[in-house]
Amino acid sequence: MIYNLRIPEDLDKVSGLKMGDVLYITGKVFTARDEAHQLMLELHEKGENLPFKPSEMVMYHCGPVVKKENGEWKVLAAGPTTSSRMDLFEKEVIEIYGVRIIVGKGGMGDRTAEALKNVGGIYATYTGGAGALAARSFRKVLDVYFLEELGSPEAIWIFDAENFGPLIVSIDPQGNNWNKISREEMEKRKREIFELIDHEGH
Amino acid sequence: MELENVILDAIKLAETTIPSDVYEHLNLAYNKEKNEISRSQLKSILDNVEYAREKSLPICQDTGTQTFFLDVGFDFPFKKELVNSIIKAVSSATSLYYIRPNAVDPFTGKNPGNNVGRYIPYINWFLREGNDATVYVLPKGGGSENASALSMLKPGEGIKGIKKFVVDQLVKAGANPCPPTIIGLGIGGGSDLSLILAKKALLRPLGVRHEEKRVADLELELLELANRTGVGTMGWGGSVSVLDVHIEYAYRHPASLPVGMVVQCWADRRAKIHIDSKGNVEVKQ
Repeated sequence: MIYNLRIPEDLDKVSGLKMGDVLYITGKVFTARDEAHQLMLELHEKGENLPFKPSEMVMYHCGPVVKKENGEWKVLAAGPTTSSRMDLFEKEVIEIYGVRIIVGKGGMGDRTAEALKNVGGIYATYTGGAGALAARSFRKVLDVYFLEELGSPEAIWIFDAENFGPLIVSIDPQGNNWNKISREEMEKRKREIFELIDHEGH
Repeated sequence: MELENVILDAIKLAETTIPSDVYEHLNLAYNKEKNEISRSQLKSILDNVEYAREKSLPICQDTGTQTFFLDVGFDFPFKKELVNSIIKAVSSATSLYYIRPNAVDPFTGKNPGNNVGRYIPYINWFLREGNDATVYVLPKGGGSENASALSMLKPGEGIKGIKKFVVDQLVKAGANPCPPTIIGLGIGGGSDLSLILAKKALLRPLGVRHEEKRVADLELELLELANRTGVGTMGWGGSVSVLDVHIEYAYRHPASLPVGMVVQCWADRRAKIHIDSKGNVEVKQ
């Protein structure tokens, strides 16, 4: 199924999404890579609030190329970064901040899938490397946080997205995880290839 | 100053325009792939490549670690100027937003904001007879670099051991290095040389085979085995997981069979600059 979601208005539709569904997102998106995840957890531990509401936005694993032009930020390239690095922190970030839509690339592990199941959330992927195309859907930079401390790739950028997609649901709220399913299939194929190598030409 | 500008142009070319051999291979993959989701991903990849070229934008936001291979004649007169120009060009490319500030202190994570730091940009020298130089620009993405590996095989494991190592790594990496990938392999030499040769192997255009038939045959066989893994484009399954395999080799110690494997994402960005002994330059891809 193909869905056009407006965020935050359509957040109640997330719990009905299924692995393999295709999404186009319009609304607020915030970027968070390794350092931003760590910082979000540190701030929570210190009892400090974030300057934005993660639960009302899409979290995007991305470190964009951005340019300041006449005092305004412009997004030049903004494809996804490898999500599995964020498996280290994602369960806690989901539980503390109530994030329900995560976008990245490459897939995520069981711990993250479990946390998403508990909040009725999803993880979807955007084509890795398609940075210029992704940037086209980020019409405006609404804000940027921690730019000084973290540098531009790791800072938290808030984008106003228009039809950001196609995103493919890779982990659904029932806990189905394409990463896990495909890895089992690849392991099976690997054993077959090894047999082929062992028996070749002898 | 002039050399700096030429290198700057080459960086911009590499970051915004995919080499024609890579484009052709991506297009072939799109025509060949039957898996519907992988095909849709290849479509996005091709659309992205065309859009980036048209608008002169970075193909990928991960503009890579700025890596240079210098193929330099012993009598080339501008060695010092070349190195200084590379460093200046990388810094200027960052302030012009051609590339993202991608070099950080490994202990503090602090980003100086100009892609220049200890040993970075990374410059590899290969010296030979002659008085000219070729500079290869290879911005290397982090996601694919994370899938790279070294195996110190037992010589008794032989070529079969190499094949298994490559397949195992590709399956382990799955969707993470942005497949369909390109594999650079360095066989022999030692731990360090095998990995340097593996990265150097990526400079060869896709579809161009090693000059020795025995090596060329192994490249094709590994390509075929790699595409049996079913990783597919961005891990969604299908028949195209790897676009090409390139091998370089060196003689090895009798007790060692090192295999270095460097994985390159589909965004296999390259440019090269030829400089003659008079300082005349030509930028190519």
